[in-house]
Amino acid sequence: MTDVPHVPVARRLLANRLFLATCVVCTGLAVCVLAVLIVSIMIDGVHRLSPDFIANFASRKPDQAGIRAPLVGSIWVCTICALTALPVGVGTAIYLEEFAKRGRLTEFIRINISNLSGVPSIVYGIIGLTAFSRFFGWRAGAEPIELGSPDSLLYLRLPFGSSVLAGGLTLALVVLPIVIVASQEAIRAVPNSLRQGALALGSTRWQMVSRLTLPASLPMVMTGAILAMSRAIGEAAPILVLGAPLMVLETPANLMSEFTVLPMQIFNWAGRAKASFQEIAAAAIIVQLAVLMSFNALAILVRQRLQTPLQ
Amino acid sequence: MTMMSPMQTNPTTAAATVPGTAEPISIRAAGFDGFYGSFQALKGISLDIPRNQVTAFIGPSGCGKSTFLRWMNRMNDTIAGARASGTLTLDGEDILARSVDVVDLRRRVGMVFQRPNPFPKSIFDNVAFGPRLHWRHSRADLEDLVEQSLRSAALWNEVKDRLHASALGLSGGQQQRLCIARAIAGGPEVLLMDEPCSALDPKSTASVEELIRELRTAYTIVIVTHNMQQASRVSDRTAFFFEGSLIESGQTETLFTNPKSKQTEDYVTGRFG
Repeated sequence: MTDVPHVPVARRLLANRLFLATCVVCTGLAVCVLAVLIVSIMIDGVHRLSPDFIANFASRKPDQAGIRAPLVGSIWVCTICALTALPVGVGTAIYLEEFAKRGRLTEFIRINISNLSGVPSIVYGIIGLTAFSRFFGWRAGAEPIELGSPDSLLYLRLPFGSSVLAGGLTLALVVLPIVIVASQEAIRAVPNSLRQGALALGSTRWQMVSRLTLPASLPMVMTGAILAMSRAIGEAAPILVLGAPLMVLETPANLMSEFTVLPMQIFNWAGRAKASFQEIAAAAIIVQLAVLMSFNALAILVRQRLQTPLQ
Repeated sequence: MTMMSPMQTNPTTAAATVPGTAEPISIRAAGFDGFYGSFQALKGISLDIPRNQVTAFIGPSGCGKSTFLRWMNRMNDTIAGARASGTLTLDGEDILARSVDVVDLRRRVGMVFQRPNPFPKSIFDNVAFGPRLHWRHSRADLEDLVEQSLRSAALWNEVKDRLHASALGLSGGQQQRLCIARAIAGGPEVLLMDEPCSALDPKSTASVEELIRELRTAYTIVIVTHNMQQASRVSDRTAFFFEGSLIESGQTETLFTNPKSKQTEDYVTGRFG
């Protein structure tokens, strides 16, 4: 063995140090970009933040304008999105991972779901407009069918038009592939030996899923779900396509109400020439970031709470 | 041991016995063939496994012994392309029939795997997993059943103060005994063990082996092992498999000291395998 040339130790250590340095530089760059973004927004917008800014509706006068309608609208839309996308997404993932027979068809479906998460969200906006707002042109030009009283919380109007329900369902389309892929990965991370163990005790597939694989993968599923929700809350394009009005002076009363969302309001204000509108746009971005951060904090919290019994 | 579970032991069907003995048969294979796709993993296996005894399967890797074991509780159903023909019965009932409820079969035929596979749950919930699948015990009954199962698996004294701690915190040997407790909590008649000690250190192996000796009074045990000393220590009967065929089976002592076949002799004396 003495004839085999050595790789000099000094060179290996140098390579090690170089790689470490590269990693540090890359991380530093990412952090710098984020810091510049946050600092510049803070400088522009932090003095505009006030209880009034949260409580007021939009206005032509920047000094009186607030984000009440888009903030509440975002909450409504996200809730609808979560209530529809999560059960459907997690259910799909369970089916694909635990029940579907491996074959060409399921493989084809799997690949396409992964592809769908790369489709631009504006495309989902167009689908949402066609499917939910207009019901594929059903009753085009005619008066929509109304179910219940417009004052009631359960009021429905078919087709949905540019209502908060149409917005939530459209966002559900945007995040569905993300939820499915994240849940699939979570379920796949449960070792097969545990599945075998459950089956060998006489579990049916459903008992195995409901008592073992789903609880075991829940922390990861929840993390994926909450990250998907923070994507949903940041989307402006699909809502724009649905034709949400620019100036909304009330918060939603039911699923058929008009609405706007924070990213829409930011987009609207940021596009104006007046400097004071730029400032309130920055203030709205701060609120949006705060909402996003609380979402992520929630994700971490949920994950920790669910994992503690196992440690 | 007494179980509160509705068990189906000792059915009244005329008890077949192992030829030449008075031992009642638990599992019987006759002309049993097993396939993975077009590959024939088991060729014409005929073997009687007596009740309340330990039967060891020995043979080199890939000889089909684990495959055979996994047919006895139909775990091979989960493998695409696995199929079998011939006769395989438990207490005279066909195991392979399409009409067999595998969920009930697997309750009656428990299994312990090569690597301990405790669920990421508490020790209590691990043992209670099987009973909860099949019955609605009261909490008190369930607690009794968990205690009995843990006692039977010689684990109770080590874990009685931390039943609600995670099973993942146990040592490898404790985890494997927990898996045995989990397998017997459902009240099986047969326990299949697929190299249960191969991932354990010698001390844990000794405790699991001792446990196997004790458990045979209540269960029919089939154990696959690579370790011939282990086979001779724990089993009453041994079956030697080679390349998918059953070469020889009989009393463990006879098979190890006075084998009929040259192949068996070569294997048990360590000349190959």
